[in-house]
Amino acid sequence: MGVLILHKVGMMNMLEVKDLKVKVENKVILDSISLNLKSKENYILFGPNGSGKTTFINAIMGIKPYEVVSGKIVFMGKDITRKDVDERSKLGISVGFQNPPEITGIKLADILKVCLGKDSMDKFSEGEKKLIEAFKLTAFLDRDINVGFSGGERKRAEILQMMFLKPKLLLLDEPDSGVDVESLRLIACEIQRFVDNTESSTLIVTHKGDILEYIKAKYACVILEGKNHCFADPKRVFETIKKSGYKECVACQKRVEEEW
Amino acid sequence: MVKTNELTRIPHTILEEAYKTGIDTSEDNRSGTLFHVDQSTIYSKINELFKGKIELMDTYDALHKYPWIDNYWWKLVDKEKDEFTRNVSKNFSGGYFMRILPNVEVTVPLQSCLMITERDLEQRVHNIIIAEEGSKAHIITSCIQHPVADQASHLGVSEIYVKKGAMLNFTMIHSWGEKTLVRPRSAALIEDQGTFVSNYICLKPVRDVQMYPVAICNGRDSKVSFNSILYGHKNSVLDIGSKAVLNGADSKAEMITRAIAREGATMIVKGMIDGSNSNCKGHLECRGLILDDESFIHSVPELIARKKGTEITHEAAIGKISEKEIVYLMTRNLSRGEVVSMIVRGFMDVGIMGLPKALKEEVNHIVDLAAEGS
Repeated sequence: MGVLILHKVGMMNMLEVKDLKVKVENKVILDSISLNLKSKENYILFGPNGSGKTTFINAIMGIKPYEVVSGKIVFMGKDITRKDVDERSKLGISVGFQNPPEITGIKLADILKVCLGKDSMDKFSEGEKKLIEAFKLTAFLDRDINVGFSGGERKRAEILQMMFLKPKLLLLDEPDSGVDVESLRLIACEIQRFVDNTESSTLIVTHKGDILEYIKAKYACVILEGKNHCFADPKRVFETIKKSGYKECVACQKRVEEEW
Repeated sequence: MVKTNELTRIPHTILEEAYKTGIDTSEDNRSGTLFHVDQSTIYSKINELFKGKIELMDTYDALHKYPWIDNYWWKLVDKEKDEFTRNVSKNFSGGYFMRILPNVEVTVPLQSCLMITERDLEQRVHNIIIAEEGSKAHIITSCIQHPVADQASHLGVSEIYVKKGAMLNFTMIHSWGEKTLVRPRSAALIEDQGTFVSNYICLKPVRDVQMYPVAICNGRDSKVSFNSILYGHKNSVLDIGSKAVLNGADSKAEMITRAIAREGATMIVKGMIDGSNSNCKGHLECRGLILDDESFIHSVPELIARKKGTEITHEAAIGKISEKEIVYLMTRNLSRGEVVSMIVRGFMDVGIMGLPKALKEEVNHIVDLAAEGS
């Protein structure tokens, strides 16, 4: 009995999504998604435009509008299916947006302090200053968040906020789109370093697959027609998608290997 | 109340109220302080460090001391403008005379504190401010009210003269009571290469404020900026505008307003730029945030051009806090309520006021307190 419990704890998934069915504006977007994520891994999420990748990310983070018709989302053993965004954030889920909003009046420094749990009057520590500098954002601290930021600057600001939040699960929505090569390398390396140094995991949505160059990922998941199909080796999955398309990829991968 | 030369002789309750609105009762960081309580000036003093740079006294004393003050007396504001100016012209209780001497630079702010402590009182003041040629000064004025004063009203005439090459940055912080009627009547005249920055901050609930200060840019290259941060709540009525008349060659005007309305506030935000010179420029910006269905914002931007070559623009936008912004910040570990306060606080951007760092921090602190209390 004791052995069994130990075994269970050791194998506990960070995130368990069970038969999740999600509607947006009365239309079923995700029909049946089941997914288990372990800690300390990068997971890649593929899927054609409109397949519901962002909806899936939003459903994990709790960002409406969407409606969970059935199924559930369990994070660190807690059912979070009906929890509000800030509760999920406090439990350790965070999201790096594809198109973060511009907010006039709130400076990058303000939001970074919020992520660090600091008061607005507090100062950054030397280590924090170093990381801000590594993200090439020192000159942006006093600017309104995302207002007039380039694509690369936005992505760097998003990822830096996550580094300061130190979440257990990082949901990254297309971190490699609309971003210059140098910024991509920088954020990808920082994400990898973060995963290496913590017990955290990432779920990364990518279209172009560029980020695969810089991070180590063992698992990929393809969302197609409301269902998900999970495979090992994201690079190979991506090559097949490029060659034969999403549908073929799913069919072909199914023939050659077991799902994880 | 008797006149005093010692701040310590001012009743403690008055000092305490003053302190809450940013008046530095220790005077350490101030170049001068003036207290006008009810119908009399009880204290005015210039910090030793600023003697020879600034003159500060009760308007009555100035009228006795300087016969030439006639040239500045009722020259910008029309006595017959309305019942309030007429009341002040018939009988006024003092006010302050402030003169920044030629070519001096005052980087530490002056403070003046007008206070009402009696119920039903109509406080009537007449202020004269002269920034002499080549001078530069930042001034903070706080108007506050003792909590015991009910149903009071404040009428204030201010005539401001910015001489050639002078720069005057004048910040007014109003903290009147929920039952006070407030009618400031101000006008400014700006000469060649003069700059007048008028900052107005109103964060506390007030019964009714109506004001429409006018700046007349007669000088070549003269500039005026009107910046306002207005937080209307608890059924406050704020009818606040500003007008710039651009007569001088290359004269410029800028007006920036941030208005937040909630809890039944009525806000009428006006701005007029009247361009009468072929080389004048102006820009007017008003952003409003309405937070409930009980409140009201009416933004009235007006642009007038009288000569070819006049360039005047405006932007006005009233909106709500976007749900996308709220959710974004909630993913950063903040509750919905915390996010709304943070966005409201951010909206009241003190950065628009062109204040030096120390003063900006101080005003920021006052805005922080107001945002926290909301």
